[in-house]
Amino acid sequence: MWEYTDKVREHFLNPRNVGEVENPDGVAEVGSIACGDALKLSFKLDENKRIKEAKFKTFGCASAIASSSALTEMIKGMTVEEAMKVTNQDIAAYLGGLPQEKMHCSVMGKEALEKAIANYQGAPAKEPGAQIVCECFGATDREIERAVRENNLTTVEEVTNYTKAGGGCGNCHDAIRQIVERVRAEAKPAVRPKLTTIQKIRMIEEALEREIRPSLKHDGGDIELIDVVGNRVLVATRGACASCKASDITLKHFVEAKLRDLVSPDLMIEEVAP
Amino acid sequence: MKTVYLDNNATTQVAPEVLETMFPYFHDFYGNPSSMHSFGGQVAKKLREAREQAAALIGALPDEIIFTSCGTESDNAAIRSALATHPERRHIVTSRVEHPAVRSLCANLADQGYRITELPVDKSGLLDMEQLERSLTPDTAVASLMWANNETGVIFPVEKAVELAHERGVPFHTDAVQSTGKIPIDMKKNVIDMLSISGHKLHAPKGIGILYIRRGTRFTPFMIGGHQEKGRRGGTENTPSIIGLGKACELAARNMETENTRVKRLRDKLETALLERIPQSRVNGDLLQRLPNTTNISFEYVEGEAILLLMNEYGICASSGSACTSGSLQPSHVLRAMGVPFTMAHGSIRFSLSVYNTEEEIDFVIEKLPVIIERLRGMSPFWTSVAQACASS
Repeated sequence: MWEYTDKVREHFLNPRNVGEVENPDGVAEVGSIACGDALKLSFKLDENKRIKEAKFKTFGCASAIASSSALTEMIKGMTVEEAMKVTNQDIAAYLGGLPQEKMHCSVMGKEALEKAIANYQGAPAKEPGAQIVCECFGATDREIERAVRENNLTTVEEVTNYTKAGGGCGNCHDAIRQIVERVRAEAKPAVRPKLTTIQKIRMIEEALEREIRPSLKHDGGDIELIDVVGNRVLVATRGACASCKASDITLKHFVEAKLRDLVSPDLMIEEVAP
Repeated sequence: MKTVYLDNNATTQVAPEVLETMFPYFHDFYGNPSSMHSFGGQVAKKLREAREQAAALIGALPDEIIFTSCGTESDNAAIRSALATHPERRHIVTSRVEHPAVRSLCANLADQGYRITELPVDKSGLLDMEQLERSLTPDTAVASLMWANNETGVIFPVEKAVELAHERGVPFHTDAVQSTGKIPIDMKKNVIDMLSISGHKLHAPKGIGILYIRRGTRFTPFMIGGHQEKGRRGGTENTPSIIGLGKACELAARNMETENTRVKRLRDKLETALLERIPQSRVNGDLLQRLPNTTNISFEYVEGEAILLLMNEYGICASSGSACTSGSLQPSHVLRAMGVPFTMAHGSIRFSLSVYNTEEEIDFVIEKLPVIIERLRGMSPFWTSVAQACASS
């Protein structure tokens, strides 16, 4: 059973603002029945351009219903500009937190809000140039980028928890990983202090332990640090990686990229016999 | 608040008679059955009795019964033994709707280089026997098909399947965790080589299971250790649980008729009333080839976890095949294999009864569930459009 906060339970059992606003100023529908949750949000402004009324209809689990209820409560009384600044984390915080696997419910709320405001402003709902990354859940690169940026996500699993992307067939995991790396690379400061050898080894070990091994283990693989010679990082593959034909690609595109990102851009990964 | 427990395919309560039988073996008679003293020896005698009780339930011989720690262990031991005794064969035949105990094991074995054939099922959850026949090859080390499905209760014709397997020299294992105690099983009347049973699905405690191995079947142990279970499963026997499971098997044999009359009638009553009172609902799985205690019903345009949590407010316990309850983002693999549309799969609820359920409990659920579904449909954006379409047509 999920561990929901009392606030989530309360908003699920007694949801506020269920329904559809008559003659709405902004309205949007996100999600789909195939994805397992969907939200229709509508709102109306008063003469001072503040949100007077906001209502929702939601198909989904308890946390999806509670997130929708919370969202409508939060935006009432706000101007459109203020409402634009509400993030998915604000929705989760309003509910006293959501289980990690359910964060996508708060993201759905945020998406519906944005789309409803765009509808009010007469702007195109779809961001121009957005590409579908996850076919199963229809998640675009823009959505994933934003979730990574706003929630400081570091792994594919986290992206799935927040956006559902990657939760189906799993074919897009590499693409998601690349987006995560790209966004996180942007966030890094350009200038790095020069590392001593011992600092470098420690940081490599920490990066392997925290960032790299968990996601390899997720696929049944593993990696072991054998030695560090200058900028050459010598590793041995274990588990599923040891017999995997694609492990070269994983080492180059994932492990090396990660270490360059987290430790030093000059590092080179090399596989050695165990 | 009273608990209405309709989740007996997940686990069952330990029968009071079983608990009573077990008690003395924790404290008074705690001896090791392998010991040379009569303090331990008297426990060994009780284990023999339990083995006979378990054998009697399925028409087996006592020495064909091995006690394990759970159904999952039994499945692992059976499949791994078949692979070990046929090291030259690299192919396994199973189905798309197996319990994770078999399914995940096969996925794991696929990573180790085994070829896995997962047989499909039709929209009623039934197996295509011709496809089974075609998939069996000289390279097949084992065919493992469940006797009855845990989510839908649909029964596979395993007694026919084993004959197809044997015609091609393929050993056969069945996961009978859900069917044992619910439908008659007589190993004298079939040629199944290995069969798994779990104690806690038939009113014995958790942490005890059975692997049936037909006499003459080649077997390589999974758990290597002492001489227990004639060297086929090392580890000091879980004496209270084995003795409890023996008693539970005796009770199950006695309750078999109730299971197929009174329990079945309550299940049918629940199913009929819910389908009648709740529009856009339907049963998943074949109506006839089905366990007497299980019904899996989809309520369209609502989501399973939300239904379960509202049922929880009334103390009603059941399960769902929706994505949100599984922790993954896709609905149950069983419903997907049956091609149940997403609109239905997300709102599926499994009710599984036991001999302890009463008429009042079923009436209570029949009263509350329509209210719950209506309440959630009132919030669902899809239901609004369906209702509008119905009204305008």
